[in-house]
Amino acid sequence: MHNAPLAIGRRRTFVLVGLIALALVGATMSAMNGQLTASAADVMGSILHGLGIDTALRTEDALIEQTLLQIRFPRIAMSLLVGAALAVAGAVMQSIFGNPLAEPGVVGVSSGAALGAATALALGITAFGGWTVAIFAFVGGFVSTILVYFTARSDGRTEVVTLLLTGIAVNAFAGAGLALMMFAGGSAEREQIVFWQLGTMNGSRWSEVLIVLAVTVPTMVWAGILAGRYDILALGERAAAHLGVNVERLRIVSIVLVALLTAVGVAFVGIIAFVGLVVPHMVRMLLGPGHRWLLPVSAVGGAVLLVWADLFARTWVSGSDLPIGLLTSLIGGPFFFYLVRSARARAGGWA
Amino acid sequence: MSDNTMAYQLHDVDCVRGTATVLEGVSLDVNRGEILALVGPNGAGKSTLLAVMAGGIGPSPGRGVLQGKDIATFSPRELARLRSVLLQSNQVSFSFSVRDVVLMGRSPWAATSDDETDERVVRRAMADADVEHLANRSFQALSGGERARASLARVFAQDTEVVLLDEPTASLDLRHQEDVMVAARRLADEGKAVVVVLHDLSLAAAWADQIAILAGGRLVEVGVPADTINADLVKRVYGIDVHVLSDPSGRMVIVPQRP
Repeated sequence: MHNAPLAIGRRRTFVLVGLIALALVGATMSAMNGQLTASAADVMGSILHGLGIDTALRTEDALIEQTLLQIRFPRIAMSLLVGAALAVAGAVMQSIFGNPLAEPGVVGVSSGAALGAATALALGITAFGGWTVAIFAFVGGFVSTILVYFTARSDGRTEVVTLLLTGIAVNAFAGAGLALMMFAGGSAEREQIVFWQLGTMNGSRWSEVLIVLAVTVPTMVWAGILAGRYDILALGERAAAHLGVNVERLRIVSIVLVALLTAVGVAFVGIIAFVGLVVPHMVRMLLGPGHRWLLPVSAVGGAVLLVWADLFARTWVSGSDLPIGLLTSLIGGPFFFYLVRSARARAGGWA
Repeated sequence: MSDNTMAYQLHDVDCVRGTATVLEGVSLDVNRGEILALVGPNGAGKSTLLAVMAGGIGPSPGRGVLQGKDIATFSPRELARLRSVLLQSNQVSFSFSVRDVVLMGRSPWAATSDDETDERVVRRAMADADVEHLANRSFQALSGGERARASLARVFAQDTEVVLLDEPTASLDLRHQEDVMVAARRLADEGKAVVVVLHDLSLAAAWADQIAILAGGRLVEVGVPADTINADLVKRVYGIDVHVLSDPSGRMVIVPQRP
């Protein structure tokens, strides 16, 4: 029993360092592979060149440099950021719902955000410049989070069944809305909307990466600051309030955080489901449920998952680019079944 | 009674929920160094009264005065350092260990306490609630009685002047019921004010310094158990005939008259 704190401390470091290494290896491999093959030296040289430092490593092949700087690097950065954001969004959502099955994709926050984004696109709204789609996605995501939250929760907890039924309703409505926008929009918009439904990192630009960075990094830091309060919230709302947590404020702030983290990803890469379900669950199994570690480790874990999934999506079938959302759902779907089954076993059947 | 022995005062508290009046005109003084037992039939308003005292429900009209200040004027954090609350049902989402849960009881003191103090308080709280052997178990994997004790340890760890316990003995076996009351007694002896909702009149009579009997949202009687509890009162409040006996140590035992 005396060794327990030491052992967990070592395990945390091991998992965190291991995941960071996996992220770096994944990012490097992703940069090297594709229709054009680049060497590790090319990648290094181009990173340095991009940062304004020219070294002997800089490749002489202008095409490779252009590909790396303009196509692969922003795409990798986008995968890392969106993966981290979705995993943290999942962990925060599970905390305020008091339910490990809450996830932006499952309960419809992602499709709500996609509907918001599609609305801006199909109706040709450009009121906020490059931010327009992101802002509309946020509004869609925010409204659906609020909707699910206040429908599915009672007495500070969420029944699995109610949560999933609410998710079905929100997803169905948003799906119908998306279909409507497909009819309303032209063929270019139609293609864009299909792309949202599947999710892909294809075509990520630096300008988009910067928007995602500007939103997700402060939002994730904010969530990290609330980690101690999320722990206490696990006792239930009343008990948390008795321990001095301002529950009302915490949940409103958290809904905004979830909507921001989900929507900004959806706006630029579409719906990528299950990241927020799989990653925090794995981290909890490895390191326990404490949010001080769960949130940062999930962020890195989500980045790892998406950077590798994207590498796989780009290179599995040569010459074609699989939608990454399809991949995560292929992994996440069965995983979700497993979670539902184990939740049912614990609860002793559906009430 | 002078003000420095008074931990908590309720003045003429009403509580209306929906169309039902749950509490009506309740005035109550809670003294430092005493256990006050709240008893009464199901639906008498005991838990509501405790929730009002915890600051979760605003008394309307009426006033709760905690340590000389109106309860409504405290911030959640200040309140958490003055009073702790054990609820009737205790669940924990995610597999936090019993130790984690008890340590959460220290969170209101995060700014003023250090790890060493926390460690000491947590260890003692777990010993008082007899959950030391469960420290590394997941809260979710515990039995009902073990959960109640782990949650009680969390309340002890909060280390507040006023301790509000809603049926802490409800799911406990005979030995642990006594253990809980012994722990409550120790808190009172340290100068804290302990308010405890109980169903077992004998338990209340044996351990409480003051007993408050609620029925239909009104306070029927408050006083020292020996002067307060009698067969007539029990008949009036609970609608059942009882024998009021005394055990070999001279403490009151209340049992129903059975044919």
